[in-house]
Amino acid sequence: MGGVQLMTAFTGVRRSAMALAFGLLLLVGLGAGASVSAQESGGEVKGNLVQKDDDGERVGVPGVTFRAFDESGAEVSSTTTAEDGSWSMIVPEGTYDILLDVETLPAGVSLRNPDKNPASVTLIDGSSKSTLFPLGEAEASSAGGNTVIQLIVDGLKLGLIIAMCAIGLSLIYGTTGLTNFAHGESVTFGAVMAYLLNNAGVFGVRLHLIPATVIVVLICGSAGGLFNRTVWRPMRRRGASLVAALVVSIGFSIFFRYVILFIFSGRAKRLRDYQIQEQWDLGLFRLAPKDLVLMIISVSVLVGVASALQFTRMGKAMRAVSDNRDLAESTGIDVERVISLVWICGSALAGLGGVLFGLTESINWEMGFRILLLMFAGVTLGGLGTAYGALFGSIIVGLFIQLSTLVIPTDMKNVGALLMLIVILLIRPQGLFGRRERIG
Amino acid sequence: MTAEPSTAQELFDGVPYEPGAAKNDPILVADNVRRAFGGLVAVDVEHLEVQRGAITALIGPNGAGKTTFFNLLTNFDEPDTGDRLFEGNDLSGVSAYKVANLGMVRTFQLTKSLSKMTVIDNMRLGGTEQAGESFFRALMPFLWRRQEAEITERADALLERFKLSHMRNEFAGTLSGGQRKLLEMARALMVRPNMVMLDEPMAGVNPALKQSLLDHVKGLRDEGMTVLFVEHDMDMVQEISDWVVVMAEGKIIAEGPPESIASNQAVVDAYLGSHHGSALELEAD
Amino acid sequence: MDWGAIIQNSFRGFIGEPFIYFSLAAMGLNMHYGYTGLLNFGQAVFMAAGAYGLSMAVVTLGLNFWWGLLLGIVIFPLLLALIMGVPTLRLRADYLAIVTIAASEMFRIIARSPSLDRWTGSSDGLTAFANRFYDFNPFDKQKRYFFGLFIGNQMWVVLVGWIVLSIVVLIVWMTMRSPWGRVLRAIREDEDAARSLGKNAYWFKMQSLMIGGMFGALGGMFRAIGTQSAQPQNFITDVTFFAWVALILGGAAKVGGPIAGAAILYGILNFTDVLLRQLVENGYMPEAIMDGTQVGQVRFMMIGLGLILLAIYRPQGIFGTKEEMALDDR
Ligand SMILES: Nc1ncnc2c1ncn2[C@@H]1O[C@H](COP(=O)(O)OP(=O)(O)O)[C@@H](O)[C@H]1O
Ligand SMILES: [Mg+2]
Repeated sequence: MGGVQLMTAFTGVRRSAMALAFGLLLLVGLGAGASVSAQESGGEVKGNLVQKDDDGERVGVPGVTFRAFDESGAEVSSTTTAEDGSWSMIVPEGTYDILLDVETLPAGVSLRNPDKNPASVTLIDGSSKSTLFPLGEAEASSAGGNTVIQLIVDGLKLGLIIAMCAIGLSLIYGTTGLTNFAHGESVTFGAVMAYLLNNAGVFGVRLHLIPATVIVVLICGSAGGLFNRTVWRPMRRRGASLVAALVVSIGFSIFFRYVILFIFSGRAKRLRDYQIQEQWDLGLFRLAPKDLVLMIISVSVLVGVASALQFTRMGKAMRAVSDNRDLAESTGIDVERVISLVWICGSALAGLGGVLFGLTESINWEMGFRILLLMFAGVTLGGLGTAYGALFGSIIVGLFIQLSTLVIPTDMKNVGALLMLIVILLIRPQGLFGRRERIG
Repeated sequence: MTAEPSTAQELFDGVPYEPGAAKNDPILVADNVRRAFGGLVAVDVEHLEVQRGAITALIGPNGAGKTTFFNLLTNFDEPDTGDRLFEGNDLSGVSAYKVANLGMVRTFQLTKSLSKMTVIDNMRLGGTEQAGESFFRALMPFLWRRQEAEITERADALLERFKLSHMRNEFAGTLSGGQRKLLEMARALMVRPNMVMLDEPMAGVNPALKQSLLDHVKGLRDEGMTVLFVEHDMDMVQEISDWVVVMAEGKIIAEGPPESIASNQAVVDAYLGSHHGSALELEAD
Repeated sequence: MDWGAIIQNSFRGFIGEPFIYFSLAAMGLNMHYGYTGLLNFGQAVFMAAGAYGLSMAVVTLGLNFWWGLLLGIVIFPLLLALIMGVPTLRLRADYLAIVTIAASEMFRIIARSPSLDRWTGSSDGLTAFANRFYDFNPFDKQKRYFFGLFIGNQMWVVLVGWIVLSIVVLIVWMTMRSPWGRVLRAIREDEDAARSLGKNAYWFKMQSLMIGGMFGALGGMFRAIGTQSAQPQNFITDVTFFAWVALILGGAAKVGGPIAGAAILYGILNFTDVLLRQLVENGYMPEAIMDGTQVGQVRFMMIGLGLILLAIYRPQGIFGTKEEMALDDR
């Protein structure tokens, strides 16, 4: 059974037929009202999101979100497709980017031309324009086979990326006690830098994604080191309290986030390379080559980090400082050097995570903040401050998010992970791998 | 200091001088209490009874597990296994604040005087069953004014006894280390407990004051209160305690009246032994 | 450049609607953080509880305005405090911080989700639920009041806001001088000390979370009434930190701190906002640097910078002293 069908089936269960009929009626009514008002001010942009089902019949795709951004990148309106796939927005006169929020597409459904999303439309008062967003062939998605396995593969992919980002968060917490809320912005920074190098180019040269990624990782690592040097180390020297440090990290999170918004605009963007790829149909599930590469990269990086922590002197020192800072210091470990390295490596990994995430989904100014919350969920699940716990916790969170779409609407999938965070704290606050908290 | 014989010795008539000895009228019983931190077994007490109305000293080398044992007895920490009975109440799963309300109040080795509150507010906090501690009644001062005055009066009397009256309106943060110990002890008494557990109450208190404190502790006992305290100064232990319990490496190794302890071979070994092992480093704390 | 408008707007910031919304929210944070030491980074959700409690009661559930008040000021915030507090108040302080910020994100996702549109109105939110409030408006809708700053409806919102704010101030002032407030301050400093004296620290923290949350809900409800709409965009995560900046600016653990802080904050924000807008409109600001929509982003940057600078250089706020309460207490 295809993902689309499954989704519609669930939608059907959720909403009674009554509500459906009522909703349709309402929609008809609203549609009439909307076109009237369109005469007065602004224009209407609309469309019909459809897809072929197994029988080749064209059926509407409900519950997909469209957003309109004005030229400055601010979101001016958004809407959701109705049961029959129709949608419409009234916006003031002007030129807009209409973005289909791919996250809200049902599992297994994708755009046929992802590079034509967002689409640009110009509207004058009283006009009405249709915009087409062709979807991938329904036959293709139904050939994808077992949805659960597909979701597990997607979940693994997401979990690996979260894990890569979360290592830094966990190690920084372990070595300095700081819950670094600005860690998400390292992720965004990495993705945005990759976009700049890959799409916009520097001095007119657009770098291919692979060298661009290498450069991004280097830049992010140095930026992390610099951040530690200029902000965090002086704060530690002065003996600032952890609450003050926490508030400072939030301040930086907000500041960086809006600076990125200011420069990068609110539009979601995609990397130039490897954007459109034919997916391999592997029977049980489907996978784009880039996703396979991405997973291989993540796994090797994670295995590399784990073995470095386990076997190298520096890695052992990191774990020692995490475990007991004073004890480590008294055995002659240069704690500040360890912390420096943790910041550099953690930020570099976060930057890499950002690029990989940008590769599978899109890049926007608050992606890092979104991922930060998933990292929190992963790290808490694994046990705050434990490096390996962060890995396993994050992967479980990734799986959980994707699998949860079987029961909750796709656009709310992250809620499940955050709920899980709360439930873990309720039943096992030290996480799966953490020790019982010290008291006294 | 002249060792004046304690007066509650007859409470221990017939109690054998051995670890885990049954008391004539125990107020607190610990059975098979064990707590490990990772691989380190900090406390492993097979059996201990604390006599009601007596002053019991808990001694032992640094790192013996005394503080941890205090935490376990007052439910600030949960044992891996074991039962604790206070006045017949099973303490398993009881919150620490409830233990205090049952009448067992403790002080901390590292003082927890509330430095951003005044000395008198620290004291008032100890008052129990305060009407004004309910949010809604807090909004109606006439409901708690009188009780507040009573509490303040009691607090002032205690401050007088502990020679802290002149600091009454200062922030507790301005007190010296010894004064904080005193404040914490006085504050614990505000709860009107049946049993006080003092973790190194005399550390840092100046010698002149120590003597009056000792008299005060004896006074508490004579009023019927039970005292369990941790102390390193053997002179002091000899002077005021009716009974001494010795801990080493998490276990109770000896019990008896103060005179019997100094000559106890196990105790001598524990103290000497500790100076060869790793406990030597911990001595500094 | 219209300097009159700039001055007028800055002054409006000192006393106007946003000042009221955020004073109330910051009063709640003061209860949480200033007096109890709770790190609530999700005050925006409590604000949203007030806004959506009222609007969902009236629009979605079809109840009357008074039920809306009950739902928005009491029931929603209490439920929220339970959900966020029960798992975290026994744990170290940063767990509450994480869960509250996660709750903000959950709110954003749920409130914007098209699948719950008929409950929440998704991205567009809910409107037309506050008519009953304006029915009581004694002011003339056409006229301007208070040095010409507010038109009739705004004046009514602001006036009721001031009254509610005064009541909240009175409540905080009275409770903080009572034994109840004493327990909270003890918990802020050392929870174990409070517990050793027989105080149920967990329950007191829960009460603080609930009551401070209700103050936040009041602020959010006013925001919904004042703008006549409850929209997810008005209660996103970052909104919480406007209240935080107000709190730290005015000085935590001072009864009037949040009010002074909110007044100063909105004075400054409105000033820069209008100034920048005028610079852009009058062509003084090169298009390459900034355009009209980017002006709104600048205020968030200022909030971020404000948090950083205050936490590093002035943790006790403008009016506070380090002896009583400062952000960098251990
Ligand atoms: N929270 C804790 N985590 C790990 N080890 C602890 C903890 N508390 C105490 N210990 C260890 O337990 C042992 C007993 O400590 P403690 O009870 O403080 O001894 P004492 O009070 O007799 O000096 C020590 O070795 C100490 O290092
Ligand atoms: Mg000790």
